[in-house]
Amino acid sequence: MFESLSTRIQGAFKTLRGEVRLTPDHVEAALREIRLALLEADVNFKVVKAFIDRVRDRAMDQAVLRSLTPGQQVIKLVRDELLALFGDTEGGLTKDAPTPRVVLLLGLQGAGKTTTSGKLAKWLVRQGRHPLMVSTDVRRPAAVEQLSVLGRKADIRVHAPETMDPVARASGALAEAKAMGFDTVIVDTAGRLHIDDDLMGELQAISDAVHPSDLLYVADAMTGQDAIKSAGEFHRRVGVTGVVLTKLDGDARGGAALSVVSVVGVPIAFVGSGEQLEDLELFHPDRIVSRMLGMGDMLSLIEKAEQAIDKDEAAQLEEKLRKNEFTLDDFRSQLKALKRMGPLESVLGMIPGLGDLKQAAEHKPDEKQLGRVEAILSSMTADERRDHSVMNGSRRKRIAAGSGTSVEDVNRLLKQFTEMRRMLQTMGRGGMPGAGAGMKLPKMAHGLRPGSAPRGAGSGKKRKKGGPWGLMRTR
Amino acid sequence: MGHVPILDRLRDGLTRTKRRLVDRFDEIVRRADGQTSGGDAIDVDTVEALEELLLSADVGVAATGRIVSAVAGRARHGESLRDLVKGEILEIFGAVAPVAPGVGGREGEDPRQSNGPPSRVVLVVGVNGTGKTTTVGKLANLLKASGKRPLVCAADTFRAAAVEQLAIWAERADVEIIRSGDGADPAAVVFDAIQAGQARGCDPILIDTAGRLHTRANLMSELDKIRRVAWRASEGAPHEVLLVLDATVGQNGLTQAREFTSAAGVTGVVLTKLDGTAKGGVAVAIAHDLKLPIRYVGIGEGMEDLIPFSPQEYVDALFQQQW
Repeated sequence: MFESLSTRIQGAFKTLRGEVRLTPDHVEAALREIRLALLEADVNFKVVKAFIDRVRDRAMDQAVLRSLTPGQQVIKLVRDELLALFGDTEGGLTKDAPTPRVVLLLGLQGAGKTTTSGKLAKWLVRQGRHPLMVSTDVRRPAAVEQLSVLGRKADIRVHAPETMDPVARASGALAEAKAMGFDTVIVDTAGRLHIDDDLMGELQAISDAVHPSDLLYVADAMTGQDAIKSAGEFHRRVGVTGVVLTKLDGDARGGAALSVVSVVGVPIAFVGSGEQLEDLELFHPDRIVSRMLGMGDMLSLIEKAEQAIDKDEAAQLEEKLRKNEFTLDDFRSQLKALKRMGPLESVLGMIPGLGDLKQAAEHKPDEKQLGRVEAILSSMTADERRDHSVMNGSRRKRIAAGSGTSVEDVNRLLKQFTEMRRMLQTMGRGGMPGAGAGMKLPKMAHGLRPGSAPRGAGSGKKRKKGGPWGLMRTR
Repeated sequence: MGHVPILDRLRDGLTRTKRRLVDRFDEIVRRADGQTSGGDAIDVDTVEALEELLLSADVGVAATGRIVSAVAGRARHGESLRDLVKGEILEIFGAVAPVAPGVGGREGEDPRQSNGPPSRVVLVVGVNGTGKTTTVGKLANLLKASGKRPLVCAADTFRAAAVEQLAIWAERADVEIIRSGDGADPAAVVFDAIQAGQARGCDPILIDTAGRLHTRANLMSELDKIRRVAWRASEGAPHEVLLVLDATVGQNGLTQAREFTSAAGVTGVVLTKLDGTAKGGVAVAIAHDLKLPIRYVGIGEGMEDLIPFSPQEYVDALFQQQW
């Protein structure tokens, strides 16, 4: 696992603590680290070279060298340059398009085109549009079926004609959209290699038949140096208008796909960040840069929280916090909301300062722990959850027995809850939590590991600690 | 292995696009070999060019560093740069864990001998979209062609139509399949498949699992559950765990290999989509950093387009001047 870029830069400067003056040699050392980190993030090596030269020019500036915090200065420089590299784009579809708008999804095999079709349709519905989907992938076994299933799941109409001719299928969908009043047609295409001349010709034919206003190249965030070549070729043949970066919910930094932006000159339109149909977002350059730097992604976190937490519920909660009426019941519903936000690990990753997975590993949330916390809460009576002060020895014993835990576990939970309540109270009063309170966030999270539904829910329930295959990462 | 048709196919898959890499390499070699007459170390420009070349093939920083410094540090006595680099990469592949018996058991070993050892169970894992289902289909075909009687198990009950996709492959390869509806518990399907496979005398049993990102702890623990259930169905199972990696993958491939190894006990790697322009250099990085053997490579969309991996052929294909 690579360290975050910002940690590396800081590290490069840390070695010279106490030295009176910063020399160009020190900057070179930092640049070496930046170069390595970018290469490990799969940023195209030519892009890296040009990038390092630009940063070097700016970093050798006297103001940076004399600064008391050269590390910070250089990080800021890198951040600015990265942002410049990815251009200012707001993401999304092209501005002007005829109705019905035709969106063509293309790319290599396995990039996630079909899944993205479904997600994009769902996104369009959220924007108040009426999309129609069609699959022109008659090659991969069951690809047409896959899109139909997605259509059923997302409640999106799928154009499914008898013909197995890709061009006819696409034109048929456009005709149906015009006749039935759908305002957007999403055309899913078969994955193809950019060097497969026949298939590239087929893609051109589809494009010529339906005149798409948006040609989205779907790229996997994990892809390597070859991305430039393939995206470039797609662009040359059919003209790409935007990139969809998929599988960004992993730990890949997406450097190669991002290099496409600067080399091929196409903006990133959307990013896919999860397995559910809702998991497609507009691209925000600043967020991805923060991710590359390992500086967390507060904005995405806030958005995720907004999606997961009911507004009224949040207002009520705020009120309760202010009045210091936060109960175990509220705690339980918070846990549930947290679960809805996705794997805690990825949520934690968005918090600035926790981006470095090496540090976060210590606070590795444990699935089992979360299950226990939930069991304990569920074993309490409604009265106990409303007012935990009624808790006495015999109640604790009962709860422990009911939840299959020990009295110590129950005690620990109650203690954590009281601490948390005290902390929340400070925040609720509008006072900024001090350093101490800030420190507690990760600590509290320790032990809360949502087994995010519905995939894999319930698995690993009876796992023994350190099972035969060392289940959790041990780093 | 070593049949001419196989070589032809690998050649077809690799040549059309390895061209540029080969050309560049030739240029570097010509420069390096031309300037010296033995004894001298390679100059800085050549080292840098070589470094870039390896990086652009996704070989990764650590493995590239090793190859370059080994080559640069050595004073040459007549060997060409090409041989030095090839030798270095082969050495990296040579240092991996000894390859376990093939997916279908040892060559010439009768699976039914000595009171019938249980069928080998092969678990196929990987992140989304690397080609697991396709690989299982091709692998079943390959094994069937070599006289085995494989059974495939559709344990990807999550992705829409994944089960149908594997069913089509099974039909094409004419092998038996155990399947269940979308959304079923994958471990339960695996259990059924192992029992059915052994009852029917099928060997090996190839299990297609759902793609999962290695960062999703709950999904990774599902793999652990599948392993435990497989063990319960047949002690010692799974005998082999193959990680399917896309040749276009970048340095995240290393992380994937590391995570899947620690969560699911990967024993070998299948490198797919090597018919594009990607060089799959991450295979070198994986062999270097994790000592995992590469078992098969996928070189096309046809049913026969899966062949056993040979380091020598891979390196030759990467760097050979002429086929």
